[in-house]
Amino acid sequence: MSRSDKLWSLVGGVHPPENKGQSNRQPLQHLPLSETVVLPLQQSNGIPAEPTVAVGDFVVTGQLIAIGKHPIATRLHATLTGEVIAIEDHVFAHPSGISVPSIIIKRSDLHASTDTHDSSLEPWYNWEQLPVDALLMRIEAAGISGLGGAGFPTHIKYLGQRPIHTLIVNGIECEPYITADDRLMREHAAEIITGIQIALRMLSAQEAIVGIEDNKPEAISAIRTAITAVNDARLVLKVIPTRYPSGGEKQLLYILTGEEVPSGDIPASLGYVIQNVGTLFAMQQAVQLGQPLIERVVTLTGDAVAAPGNYWIRIGTPIDAVLEMVGLTTQDTDIQRIIMGGPMMGFTLPNAQVPVSKTTNCLLIPTKQEMPDNPEADPCIRCGLCEQACPVSLLPQKLYWNAINREWDQAQLNSIQDCIECGACSWVCPSSIPLVQHYRFTKAEIKREAVETVKANQSRIRFENRQLRLEKEVAEKEIKRQARAAQAAQAQSVKAQTGDTQLDTSAKDAILASVARAKAKKNSQVAVEPKDSLESLQGAVTVALQAVEKTKVKLAAAQAGGLPSVTALTTALEKLEKRAQVAEVALATYIEKTGDPS
Amino acid sequence: MTLLQPSSPHVTSRKSISSVMFWVINATLPGLAVLTYFYGWGYVINALIAIATALASEAGVMALRKRPIGRTLKDGSAALTGLLLALALPPMAPWWIMVVASFFAIVFVKHLYGGLGQNLFNPAMAAFALVLISFPLSMTTSWATPEAISGHALPSFTAQLKNNLEITEFDGVTMATPLDHYKTKIKRLTAAELSKSPEFKQGPLYAIVWVNIAFLLGGLLLIGKRLITWHAPLGVLLGITILALPFSADTDIAIPISLHLFGGATMLGAFFIATDPASCATSNRGKFIFGLGVGLLTYCIRAWGNYPDAIAFSVLLMNIAAPLIDHYTRPRTYGKTKPLKGYKLPENSQ
Repeated sequence: MSRSDKLWSLVGGVHPPENKGQSNRQPLQHLPLSETVVLPLQQSNGIPAEPTVAVGDFVVTGQLIAIGKHPIATRLHATLTGEVIAIEDHVFAHPSGISVPSIIIKRSDLHASTDTHDSSLEPWYNWEQLPVDALLMRIEAAGISGLGGAGFPTHIKYLGQRPIHTLIVNGIECEPYITADDRLMREHAAEIITGIQIALRMLSAQEAIVGIEDNKPEAISAIRTAITAVNDARLVLKVIPTRYPSGGEKQLLYILTGEEVPSGDIPASLGYVIQNVGTLFAMQQAVQLGQPLIERVVTLTGDAVAAPGNYWIRIGTPIDAVLEMVGLTTQDTDIQRIIMGGPMMGFTLPNAQVPVSKTTNCLLIPTKQEMPDNPEADPCIRCGLCEQACPVSLLPQKLYWNAINREWDQAQLNSIQDCIECGACSWVCPSSIPLVQHYRFTKAEIKREAVETVKANQSRIRFENRQLRLEKEVAEKEIKRQARAAQAAQAQSVKAQTGDTQLDTSAKDAILASVARAKAKKNSQVAVEPKDSLESLQGAVTVALQAVEKTKVKLAAAQAGGLPSVTALTTALEKLEKRAQVAEVALATYIEKTGDPS
Repeated sequence: MTLLQPSSPHVTSRKSISSVMFWVINATLPGLAVLTYFYGWGYVINALIAIATALASEAGVMALRKRPIGRTLKDGSAALTGLLLALALPPMAPWWIMVVASFFAIVFVKHLYGGLGQNLFNPAMAAFALVLISFPLSMTTSWATPEAISGHALPSFTAQLKNNLEITEFDGVTMATPLDHYKTKIKRLTAAELSKSPEFKQGPLYAIVWVNIAFLLGGLLLIGKRLITWHAPLGVLLGITILALPFSADTDIAIPISLHLFGGATMLGAFFIATDPASCATSNRGKFIFGLGVGLLTYCIRAWGNYPDAIAFSVLLMNIAAPLIDHYTRPRTYGKTKPLKGYKLPENSQ
């Protein structure tokens, strides 16, 4: 079916001004190396990797410096030759501005324009003869993760859990301003095609469809020429109309094949793998040339950038260093935001210390005139422009009302979870309502409530179990009490039958004896002072002090071992110390009174 | 350095409510021009009175609610409500009808429900219904007669103004609307005889038909500018047609389908009233069902009810049904096999 030229049309969508001309006219350039690089151990939303180097180690570019135990953690390679100067928390590419453990490398030779490269991964020009497993391990070893979107480790897609028949190559780049994939396709089409062939071999897929928007004629002709050159019948190029957000994974799949990924599932469920052209280029570099992923193409654009264009930038280069290299200082008052990604879905950075990550496809630094502050929101007039723009057929205005009225159930009925946060609704909104922000809030609240429901259920079950246990205990006690009562009643009846009075007297005697004992004890306590002897008082002090010492030792042991008895021992120690004090005072008083010098 | 961290998207189309309202107002202008051409200055005068009252009422409410007045008036929604009222009410109606209707529309129907976007009912239609029920005499005897029918020249602007301000009455130029006229006369006459009466003798393209064509063109402009979708208007026209085909087949006993579609306020209602986003259903399918309901009810009330035109009542009745329609017409979202319906979240949804 996908063999035909038929295209399916994107539902909704918008046409924001493309603004690609600023950056797509200059060829790819290498940005000079920075003095330091910061490599967060966590590159995507996945699990962090663990460092294999220590502070003070000397590393060369391309050397493996962190490895993931979990498959979702991506491997990291040094992107500069120099010394590991720190492994510490550093702010990373995340809208929240949180910090994660990062490896910081300082360049050794600041004057050299190039650096030494690690060569542990040998080039495999004969990859076609190598087993698929070897290719898979190479992709993992090169630390390749998706360069287009979420930064998911690439090798996971090739584990073959589900049969794949078609590879979809995403060369859409529908976000305004970004031209990184455009330039890469123009200048490295042959490498991308090789990357596609590698991917096809790893997937044992029958076909690869390359999708490119019709606003990139140069890229289209470059890819077309490269496909003709390899003469591979499995490769198909499809040019699709320019409309945002056609480059969304699920949207692109629909446009090219007419199939929809089931809600909450991934394209692999239909036998598709979707791969960005940048990732395929990185795969080719890793397999054919033995290059780990240490740099990527980043579009530097926006009116604040003097020389907009596309640059090869080492992963981990701090953004303030990047800005300096293109003649921008962060002190420029005209800069009011730095957007990582495009203007529709990119996020603003908390500060310029954030390093370039594997997913950084664009740094957009607009001037205030270019992207003025959002105007104050007007009331929603339910005009429905958002509904016509939504690529997922949601009812954005309904979701907005759900969000401000906190109707989370209704929001779910209106399929909030299917929202891809593309921003088309906000873009068209005549009331300038920040709709996507409302949806993110709603999604977060629904997630939080779900977690709380689970917790509440757990505590409810715990509480109910405890109630049952207590009831059982009470019931058991009651049975025992009844048994005892029955025994006592039996004894009573036996007593009444025998009429024995001796028992009575003996009981009376016992009571009298105990009363006498108690009296004697009381007297002895009252008369403690006159009766006290020096020896007994001294003995009491010694015993008390010994007890204190013993408890102290025990407490120290408990503290060292982190045992739960620490608190109990602390209270006991306090009591014993008090007792010792009392004994000492008593001894002192005795000595004073009796004047005993010894 | 402090960087702003606004949420994405960072660019917008810079559309505004006032630009939306501006285009809707523009789209009514062909209709207003044709109305004025055939029926005199009454519509323009009414529009001025209604818009002034609407703006003043909105300003008053905003002042009471301590909200910015200028910003609200500038959005143009109150002016549009006033304009739609003037287009719907009879051109010879006295000034106070316009004032009462316009005040009621803005204060009661719009702002007491929470203001812009929150109104359950269409303000213009609720106000229309109010004055129709409250002042039936003025409402039925204030329709102007085109020059071609009456043989009299249309009143001048000043004469019309004096009439509407009730200074001097302009006599002998009002008549029943074509819909009303046909409905009452067909009981005694045949269609052939009726077509010779002064109201219909100009042939098929008499005044009200031109008016409806003008509103149809204005509506198509709005669809072309993507400010409204075709669903609600098509629903209205289809609803009327579905019932008109069997019941209006015999034009000797019933109003013909052509007059249903191109007479009365049909096109105004279909393209400018049934498409009011705040009080309409939400999804495209919902809008179509909403429009269909309006069309069916309009035909029923026109054919078997007491009122000559019925757009206002049908729209109000469907306004009540809109929230219900919404719950059963959610679109199927990407990746789902069927749309979610109803009020309650399915158990296995999460």
